[in-house]
Amino acid sequence: MPVSQETLDEIALSRDEYEAIVDRLGREPEPLELGLFGALWSEHCGYKHTKALLRTLPSSSERLLVAPGAENAGVVDLGDGLSVCFKIESHNHPSAVEPFEGAATGVGGIIRDIFAMGARPIALLNSLRFGQPDNARTRYLLNGVIGGISSYGNCIGIPDVGGEIFFSDTYKGNPLVNAMCVGLIENGKMASASAKEPGDLLLLVGADTGRDGIHGASGLASRAFEEQAEMRSAVQVGNPFLEKVLIEACLEALDLPGVVGLQDCGAAGITSAAIEMAERSGMGLKLLIDEVPRREEGMTPYEVMLSESQERMLLAVTPGQEGSVFDLFKKWDLDATVIGNFELGDNVRIYDEGMEITSTPVITLTDAPEYKFTGVKPAWLTKLQNADLSANHIPSESPADLLLKMLASPNIASRFPIYRQYDYHVQTNTVVEPGGDAAVLRLKGSKRGIAVSTDCNGRICYLDPEIGTAIAVAEACRNLSVTGATPVALTDGLNFGNPETPDVQFQLTESIAGMSRAAEAFEIPIVSGNASLYNQSQGVDIFPTPIIGSLGLLEDVEKHTTVGFKSDGDVIVLLGTDSTWDDIDGLAGSEYLDFIHDKVEGQPKLDIDLEIRTQAACREAITGELIASAHDVSDGGIAVAIAESTVIGEIGASINSAPGDRWDAAMFGETQSRIIVSVKPENLTAVEAITAANNIPSIVIGSVGGETLSFGDSISLPLVDVDDAWKNGFSRATSD
Amino acid sequence: MKFGIVVFPGTWSEKDTHHAVNAVLGQDAEYIWHGDEALGQYDAIIIPGGFSYGDYLRSGAIARFSPVMEALQQFADKGGPVLGICNGFQVLCESGLLPGVLMRNDHLEFRCIWTDLKVENNSTMFTSNATAGQTLHIPMSHGEGNYQADESTIDRLEGNGQIVLRYADSSGNVTADINPNGSINNIAGIVNERGNVMGMMPHPEKASEKLIGGDDGNVIFSSMIESFAASLP
Repeated sequence: MPVSQETLDEIALSRDEYEAIVDRLGREPEPLELGLFGALWSEHCGYKHTKALLRTLPSSSERLLVAPGAENAGVVDLGDGLSVCFKIESHNHPSAVEPFEGAATGVGGIIRDIFAMGARPIALLNSLRFGQPDNARTRYLLNGVIGGISSYGNCIGIPDVGGEIFFSDTYKGNPLVNAMCVGLIENGKMASASAKEPGDLLLLVGADTGRDGIHGASGLASRAFEEQAEMRSAVQVGNPFLEKVLIEACLEALDLPGVVGLQDCGAAGITSAAIEMAERSGMGLKLLIDEVPRREEGMTPYEVMLSESQERMLLAVTPGQEGSVFDLFKKWDLDATVIGNFELGDNVRIYDEGMEITSTPVITLTDAPEYKFTGVKPAWLTKLQNADLSANHIPSESPADLLLKMLASPNIASRFPIYRQYDYHVQTNTVVEPGGDAAVLRLKGSKRGIAVSTDCNGRICYLDPEIGTAIAVAEACRNLSVTGATPVALTDGLNFGNPETPDVQFQLTESIAGMSRAAEAFEIPIVSGNASLYNQSQGVDIFPTPIIGSLGLLEDVEKHTTVGFKSDGDVIVLLGTDSTWDDIDGLAGSEYLDFIHDKVEGQPKLDIDLEIRTQAACREAITGELIASAHDVSDGGIAVAIAESTVIGEIGASINSAPGDRWDAAMFGETQSRIIVSVKPENLTAVEAITAANNIPSIVIGSVGGETLSFGDSISLPLVDVDDAWKNGFSRATSD
Repeated sequence: MKFGIVVFPGTWSEKDTHHAVNAVLGQDAEYIWHGDEALGQYDAIIIPGGFSYGDYLRSGAIARFSPVMEALQQFADKGGPVLGICNGFQVLCESGLLPGVLMRNDHLEFRCIWTDLKVENNSTMFTSNATAGQTLHIPMSHGEGNYQADESTIDRLEGNGQIVLRYADSSGNVTADINPNGSINNIAGIVNERGNVMGMMPHPEKASEKLIGGDDGNVIFSSMIESFAASLP
């Protein structure tokens, strides 16, 4: 009997995909099998719209110990016997439906990805996008998401050290909640998500399996979202305490003899976790579905296979060695149950009460179809890019008042009201706390440290997905370089609209091309990634938002720099340009145009070679201990960046020149590749020698000191006013 | 000196505490599993921070029933030094080793910030290395640190000098504005009447080295170390 459209819709498979399954199997699939296909061929697990593009990303580096794709994340060598793995994952749709649990389980999920590699999770970051915070719905989402991240992260004892939050109405009905986790592996003790020999046992550990989250991957993650408003039951509920003990138990278990593999149970539950393990091991798998401990009675094999109950892991254990594993998990009051074994053969065979109920070739399940894109540049985009930016009138406010307004805007004001709700000290490695361009962590037992950051400006990616994504890479790296860290690896969280439309296909293709180009120019690999598609708000695709997570290495963590100006008399130098002020082209996609003129237009630009040289010069000056402070110029332009360095440093600054006639563009333009540093006067010559050697322009623009922020003779602001606007702006913008 | 550091399921500050007393201050330290009924030989016990058993019911409410707590009670009864940090403070209050309760922060949010703590009593074995009125720059990180007790208990604590640490500004002024969680009288840390059991909400182990923002937390641990040395015959 042909399968009904209703059934296909439930698991988000197209009629063509169904025909492909019949073709591959040579028969109609069983209902349970069809559920497995629906999960594994979902975008979330099967990457059918992005696989071909992702393959083009740079993935090699001398520092790579495990290549991306071979395991759940690539592993990067840091020296001194230390290595790291890190990854971003999205939980956008669950968070739109149930913000607290959606965000909490997003954090829980990415942590499992990381400790599944045998890594101790040492840092969390969050990259969040919401609609403008002027309405009750957005505030509900914002508070729910922050609450969920705070609740899960704080309980589990992993510091939440950074990330970003950005507001734009493109995300109004479809917020983005991307969580990144960094894990540390000592002495190469990494785990593999595979079995070693046929006969190895498959153990399920952690939580019991319930009916929560069924069709999470195929439903929430893989369809036009607005069809799914009633899918609250597909959102899982997190238990951070259980995950905390699960981390400790699993990391201890990896030291036991006979524990050969570890895998997290995430999207699509046991289906995805167990079958991917079988594929990676090149073996068949026999699953005893009735052995899975359940939270509820009467669950069908279908429900057990597709449940996304949280806080579960799979272990591969050599037969005969499982006793010590049971003892260990008992010590932590956790369940551990043998639910099957790997075997010679090609099939996953599912047994219920002693009877084989399905037998399916593993490869047919895991090798999801691949779609090629045909996107062409839309005409509306060319029009936006060619907009005459000078047609935007100069505001009637004074430059000083407008600067205060910009500093208090939701996208620029200090995020302290949010991150003070996260524990960023636990594990006692936090050298530079959240609030700077990147967080810096020391690595105990080593002189080295790491810096971590996330970045992506969706507006700029909308105006030019190729250049915009290259800029996201450049800026994520610049955030590291201004602390003194050398970028060593990236991860990406692709957040895009409906991939079945030509515009989104164009955006995806261009964006991946830009990411590739920039990562290759920086000579760093992309070690892991995640794709979230079908992000739409009121029927309109979101701005393309390829969030870049970056990780950098400091050879000597003591030699790091922070954002705030330090001492009276220090000279302020702008690296990467020979002009204090920006010009009209810098307004393309800027915060100023959006916030003040309600426009997103213009052609973003990036000179990648200048960018790389500027960052190199900045790092060289920091390692030479010639720099007192360093800050990336980004949202809000040079005026905002200088203001931030004064407020954070609690000391004023005088900029030599006034911004001229087109002062709005001069002050708030966002031309790339600019870094503000402050330097002791006696170090200025040495810094200028470094900029010359790296062949980058630079200019002395002013000096640190006093209790005002002034630009030339005409613009002057008391530091207390700057401080108030920037520090209290966020709370004012998000409350009545 | 040998420290014992109690580990409940859900504790997360045990390694940080171990690092502070062992790697930074050079003392012996061992973990004590919550299921242990007998304590080994320790000169002081620390109950570190975290979310014991997830703290879903009420912070510290389940941990107090752990097997190790009876042995800990006996250790305290004999005058052994016990320091409860954050969740450890909550456990000490729940188990009756310290008076009062720690309620939800008055603003209902979790709060992770650096605090300045005025040392109100520097004659305890936990603060003897501080100067009178010194402020210690130590971070806090909690959702339930709002210390409350009935009026007669507070009067007794105040009268006996059992209030050891108060939230203050960096100059040591104790004001309502600086109070981060609603604690009565800005209380951040107290001792029992005998002076051998102390609870504090901020985390001294998170302020153990200049590289991570400051080392004022070591004043607490080094006071314990020197008080112990002074107590030896």
